[in-house]
Amino acid sequence: MSMDTGAPKQPFRLSMLLYDTRYRSYTIQIVALMLLMLGAAWLIDNTITNLAALGKDFNFAYLSNPAGYDINQRPIEYNSQMTHGRAALVGLLNTLILAVMACVLATVLGVIAGVLRLSNNWIVARLMTVYVEVFRNIPTLLWILVFGAIMTEAMPAPNAFRGADATASMIMFDSVAVTNRGVYIPEPLFTRDLGNLDLGVVKPSWIAVIFLALVIGSVYANARLLRHATAVQNATGLRPVTWWKSILILFGPAVAFLLAMGFHLGYPELRGFNFAGGIHLRNSLIAMWLGLGIYTGAFVAENVRAGILAISKGQTEASFALGMQPGLTMRLVVLPQALRVIVPPLISQYLNITKNTSLGLAVGYMDLRSTLGGISINQTGRELEGMLLMMLIYLAISLTISGVMNIYNNRIKLRER
Amino acid sequence: MADHSLAYVRREMLEQQVPPVSQIGALRWMRENLFSSVLNTVLTILSIAAVWWMVVEIGPWLMNSVWNARSLSECRAILAEAGNGKGACWAVINDRLHQLTFGFYPPQHYWRPILALILMFVALAPVLFPWVPRKLLAFSAIYPFLAYFLLWGGTIWLPVMAAMGFVAGYVAMVALRPLGALVSGIALFVVPLLWWLFLAPPLTGFLNAAAPIGIEFVRSDRFGGFLISLVIGVTGIALSLPIGVALALGRQSSMPLIKSVAVVFIEFIRGVPLITLLFTASLLLNYFLPPGTTFDLILRVIIMVTLFASAYMAEVIRGGLAALPKGQYEAADALGLDYWKAQRLIIMPQALKISIPGIVNTFIGLFKDTTLVVFIGLLDPVGLSNAIRASSDWQGIYWELFIFIGAVFFIFCFGMSRYSMYLERRLRTDHR
Repeated sequence: MSMDTGAPKQPFRLSMLLYDTRYRSYTIQIVALMLLMLGAAWLIDNTITNLAALGKDFNFAYLSNPAGYDINQRPIEYNSQMTHGRAALVGLLNTLILAVMACVLATVLGVIAGVLRLSNNWIVARLMTVYVEVFRNIPTLLWILVFGAIMTEAMPAPNAFRGADATASMIMFDSVAVTNRGVYIPEPLFTRDLGNLDLGVVKPSWIAVIFLALVIGSVYANARLLRHATAVQNATGLRPVTWWKSILILFGPAVAFLLAMGFHLGYPELRGFNFAGGIHLRNSLIAMWLGLGIYTGAFVAENVRAGILAISKGQTEASFALGMQPGLTMRLVVLPQALRVIVPPLISQYLNITKNTSLGLAVGYMDLRSTLGGISINQTGRELEGMLLMMLIYLAISLTISGVMNIYNNRIKLRER
Repeated sequence: MADHSLAYVRREMLEQQVPPVSQIGALRWMRENLFSSVLNTVLTILSIAAVWWMVVEIGPWLMNSVWNARSLSECRAILAEAGNGKGACWAVINDRLHQLTFGFYPPQHYWRPILALILMFVALAPVLFPWVPRKLLAFSAIYPFLAYFLLWGGTIWLPVMAAMGFVAGYVAMVALRPLGALVSGIALFVVPLLWWLFLAPPLTGFLNAAAPIGIEFVRSDRFGGFLISLVIGVTGIALSLPIGVALALGRQSSMPLIKSVAVVFIEFIRGVPLITLLFTASLLLNYFLPPGTTFDLILRVIIMVTLFASAYMAEVIRGGLAALPKGQYEAADALGLDYWKAQRLIIMPQALKISIPGIVNTFIGLFKDTTLVVFIGLLDPVGLSNAIRASSDWQGIYWELFIFIGAVFFIFCFGMSRYSMYLERRLRTDHR
């Protein structure tokens, strides 16, 4: 739009830097840039002075020193002789494990509660409203502490499971033990061993790697099958029967592999004063999982409800007028539109869960904040490096999640004109 | 037609009959709302079972509550004497209410936070409700300084001098207006800064020596309980809205530098957990400030919480700005309004109205997040509940404290969300 307006060209004067809108934005930006640089220089100068006064330097070499502390929940091999960097990695994995578990729980609870809150069943709708309001309006930290207290105070001690007159018993066909020292669940065991894959930092077992590869391959093959079926349907009008092929492709290879490896479950058993065998889910993990999952579930429920309410009734009616069954209407008309509204806030709830895992400190969950940003800092006195690194890691996780959200948003964006 | 002889023609209306039992009253309501289908019946039965289980489990515990005892063992003794089995020990709330509310604030000065709270409602009234006389807004303007004076105490001249800075800025702006909008605008920022940095400290000292008016100073580490939650929460709420608006405008700005600064700031703050920022405030701030600077911990926390909330606020308001039709901006331009006038008169009122639910949600989130200060050693209600449990009198008490703290937070947060619904209804101008 650089049209000549016919105005007489004025020679440049200094006052135009302030009063001419064409130049004023440059003036403002240059002044802002100078202030910004001055501020940054001031902060950096202070930091250098302070570090020098304390006789400290700024380097990350401490990450390769022995950590000297134990971590009670170790998804990968770790002991106190290993490095601070390794401890940070264990903490990061613990953070991610907790985040994924809590996201799944929040989604399941949120979808159920959000749908039921719209139910025409009076008592169910009221109960769900109570759930949403009570959990939304009380801080997460309090819920985490409450669930922690429920686990440690209200659950039976392991010795209550003992003897003929046991006051507590295992649930789920004697496979899960809920005690005040944590929850014990069955673990997968294999009679054959294929050794470990050496990736340097982590050494996953070959069985897990192959199993994962098989699952991914099966899902991909199934997607190909369905795409082919859709293509055939588009060409001929008849959809080939796929359900048994899908089941075979999805589960066949994985189950066959597990059977070949001699898969069986190792059940927890009471030995001595405690349970042995199985996977031990510590109270801290359970408290964080329930606290974050149920709390965030209330927010997800509101998102789901808003998404369903956002679809106008005319859509359903139009779909019925076309002769579609309620199930098809839900799947082909309402859900695709509702998901457009539900998914973006849902992903920001996932983001919130990931950030809230840093509350693990309250119940002693050894997440990234407790290892890299907690004990490592206390032991080495490197607050600056530890905090910076931890913030960067959290930032990377957050930006990854919001990147995924942006990709999704762009894919589902309404294509207009 | 006439010669047709009909066997029987009814000439009068039938008596009205009572509807079938299944179509009236409670029975019909239950059929429609509880047992309309198999699935609903199952859900209803499950829900009733759940409610019944809760009542059976918690009811007796609440019914047998003990309200007066000095310690948990005494409380259990009273329960055992009554022979009712389990019971709640609300005596802990009774015994430690002052602590949960005020922390270690000196008891003889409890009237000060209480007065500050009452005055806060007076100051909030004209902001929240349109039917309150507008003149009260003047009181709202001086309230922050009054609240500081009441809560922390010390000499009265410090808050007075701080307030005078704003007055000085306003006076300078009005006085310099003939020199142009830009000069007066700069004066609005520079004069108060000069006042606070150079004039106010000696003047405060002088006035304090000349007329030592004041009340006893209370150190920040005496603050605790809901007092600290409210101080941090209310200050954060009041400050995060204007900063959030500024950040949102910065992010929408056409100037690349301003825009990128705003984007980096918002995305950084939103990308890290609040708890890391709080740890930064408590551990790292000393690195970034000149050597020897000491800085009140509560003030640091307020700054961090405010920055955190304003980044979220900025995103909420940006959503409101984005939701406005482009025509509104163009109409403002067509009327010849400059940037600030357009924002003030046309854009912001609408954008803020659209974003009310999001803004209030951010406020609620901020207030709930004040509990995180327990991690850096401030004694908020959660921290005090740990402290109370650590004392020998009340060792092993959990549920009563959690329920009490949760209930207080619930009242505040639920109240805020109801107010936002009221505000949305009041500001709704479209015809539905």
